[in-house]
This record gives sequence, C-alpha cells and structure tokens, in this order.
Amino acid sequence: MLEIINDYWLFFLIGQYPNGPIGGLAGTLLLATICLILALPCSILIAIGRTGKNRFWRGVTFVIVYVMRGTPFLMIIFWAHFLGPLVFGTSIGAFWVMVIALVLYESAYLGEVIRAGIQSLPYGQTEAAKAMGFPRTKTMTLIVLPQVMYNSFPALLSQFVSIIKETSLGFVIGVHEFTYAASQVNSILLVKPVEIYAILGLTFFIVCFTFTSAARWLERKIGKSQGVLPA
Amino acid sequence: MSFESMAVLQEPYLSWLLQGLSLTFALFIFSWTTAFVLGFLLLLLRMSPIKVIAWIPATYIELARNIPLLVQIMFWYFAVPMLLPDFLQQALNRGDSGFVLAGLALGFCMAAYFSESFRSGVRSINNTQLEASRALGFSFLRTMQYIVFPQALRATIPLIMNNTLLLFKNTSIAMAIGVHELMYQVLSINNDTFRTFEIFFVATLVFLFFSVLIMIAGEFAERWAKKSRRISDA
Repeated sequence: MLEIINDYWLFFLIGQYPNGPIGGLAGTLLLATICLILALPCSILIAIGRTGKNRFWRGVTFVIVYVMRGTPFLMIIFWAHFLGPLVFGTSIGAFWVMVIALVLYESAYLGEVIRAGIQSLPYGQTEAAKAMGFPRTKTMTLIVLPQVMYNSFPALLSQFVSIIKETSLGFVIGVHEFTYAASQVNSILLVKPVEIYAILGLTFFIVCFTFTSAARWLERKIGKSQGVLPA
Repeated sequence: MSFESMAVLQEPYLSWLLQGLSLTFALFIFSWTTAFVLGFLLLLLRMSPIKVIAWIPATYIELARNIPLLVQIMFWYFAVPMLLPDFLQQALNRGDSGFVLAGLALGFCMAAYFSESFRSGVRSINNTQLEASRALGFSFLRTMQYIVFPQALRATIPLIMNNTLLLFKNTSIAMAIGVHELMYQVLSINNDTFRTFEIFFVATLVFLFFSVLIMIAGEFAERWAKKSRRISDA
C-alpha cells in the first residue's frame, strides 16, 4: 500500500496536471468548489421563490426542486452530457458538463437547506423590517438572508460534503477526478485493487470527515450563541 | 433529433427497458432489506453500554457516510472478492456477482443512514420512559420491544422514507460496474438507436414516477405519525 502511495501520490493528488487536465484529488475539490460557488446564488433564488408570495414562481421552483429530488443524479449527468453540446453548439468537455449537472442538482438541495433557514427565522424579523419602512428586496437582502446564511452555514457545509461525494460520479462520463485517477492506477497495476480502492476510500473519508466534523462543531457553536441547546 | 414517434418504446427496446426496470426493483428490494436489517443491528450494537462495542458501529457509520457510494460499490466489486476465500469467490462468479455485490454495497452503505434514522427516533423518546419501564421490571429487550420501538417508529418513518428515496435513486449507480439495471439499459438503447432525447425523457419519467410515489408515501407517513402522536399525547 505504501509502495503505491509512494509511486503514484502525485497522480492521485493532481492527475496528469501539467501535461493534461487537472485531476485527482485536486480535480475533485476544484469541481466541488466551483459547483458550490455557482450553485449558491441559484439556490438562494430557488429558496426565495419557494417561500415567496408569487404563485407562479412558487410553482416553478416547486417543480424544479421535486424533479431534481426525484431523479437519480446519474440521469442528470447524462442529460447534461448529451444535451450540453446541443445547447452550447460545441463540445464543452466532461469537466464543465459535470459542473452543469452538479449545479442543477445541488441548487435544488441547497435551495431546500436555505428555505428551511428562511422558514425557521422568526417572522418578527420581517415584520419589524416592514414596520421600519424597508422595501421587500431590502428586507430580504439586509435582514433575512444574512441571518439565514449564518444560521444555515453548518447545513451548507454538510451539503458541501455531499457535493464532494457526488463529484465521484463524474467517473462515468470520464471527468478527471479522484475516482478516475484511482481506476487508472488500478488498470495500470491490475493486481492491487484492494490497496488502491482502500487508498481512494480512506482519502475521501479524511477529506469528507473533516468537513463533517467542522459542520458539527459549528452547529454546536452557532446553536449556543443563540441560546439554543444542542440537540 | 425528432420526437415524432416513440420508437424507443417498440420491441426489442421495450423489453430491454422492462428488464432493466425489473432488475432495478430487484436491486432496490434486496438492498433495502439488507440496509434495514443491518441498520437495526448497528443501532442495537450502538446502544450497548460497553463503550468499545458501541464504537464499532459508530466508526462504521462515519465511514459509510463519508465515502462516496460509487467508491464503495467499486470497492465491493473489485476489492472484496479478492479478500474472500476461494470457494466463496467461485460461488460469486457462478451467480450474477455484479448484482449481488452492488446490492450488498448499496445495502451496507444505506444501513448507516437507516441506522442514524432509527437512532434519532430512539433519541426522541424521553429517557424517563426507559427508566419507568425498567422500574416496572421490564427487561432491556422488552423495554425496547414494548416501550421504545413502537414510539420511535413514528418519528423514524418519515426519515426512513427519505432514505428509501435516496436508496431507490442510488440503485442507478450500479450501472458503473455493469449491472444491467434501468440506467444501463437506457444507455444501451441510446447506443443502439441514437434517439437520445426520447429514451432519456422516457427513463426520467419512469424514475420520477416511482420517486414521486415514494415521496407521497413519505408525506402520508409523516401526517399519520403526527396524528397518532397527537392522540397519544391527549
């Protein structure tokens, strides 16, 4: 096992990078981070639509969320894989196909996280803002959202763990990420699948568990600061 | 890419689809049962008063929840057979090893999620109930059987329905190791006909149909749980 790490650690870490696309663990984290940055604004819009008064937008966002929650992520990856080139008129590469699929899928889930945050915020906040003469957009951007983002930060962090785990599915369309790197090493060595997949799994565990623990710690901390006892 | 005829719903493709669907269901039922039973065992172990024994399921649950399912499936498919004794390897190869290993991988992974749902149900029961029933002379197992589990079930069922939905959607990942379930068949039909849009549209509707069924069942279960709780409180 140590021998494999010794021989292939750079490949596991960054893939073929200067000679090819960035891959390996770096590719996975890059993919997850880009997805989070792009999906966050979309999910805020979805959450506002879901909690808003406008019936049309409430319906639209409801359908988006339920379609995304009811469809396997692989299906969305393949939709993006086959329709992406048609929409953009040119091949956009597996990496960006995966970004699109992840953003579509995760916006719905992150949207539900933020919606829960908006709904758990005491309504008095909105009423007070209204009483002080804030217009609706300013109430949202200056009063509601900052508190919601702060309160749901732990939940967003655990959703980031889900994103990291989901990037591994990019393997099926050939995205250069960590799982792909491991399966390449596996097809070079052929006889060491136990060690290679153990390295793969344990590395994923270390990365994801760090974020999971951070999310739990923050949850306790944020809960305490508001005088709420940790569950 | 035209949408005028549903050529993908004619033979032989219709039977490909139906075969895929039946294998998806077989995988779903197999892994759901595994996850349920194993999740329950993990819960029992975790409630053990001996710290060391309680740590084993806790560690397993963290591992299963923090490693991507695809990686777990690949580990089961490529690595686990190497660790098994010869006669088991041969038995696996005689049968449909991909199906069995994918089912076990799904079941073992989801068992962690099921177990966490069970546990949050048990934790929703006030500790005084446990103490009261022990004081009345119920043994630990009888306390669980008559006092804790019937009540915990109500808090657990909505969570379990959510996990069931997750499990149903995740069966499609088994295609990565070549199990001929619905997603795999859809890709084969796509390679055969190039009617990408049609076949994906049909398959998405099929998945959505069953997912929505599970979601509606979950909704009903949640309402039922709330209602029966209200009655018991009164």
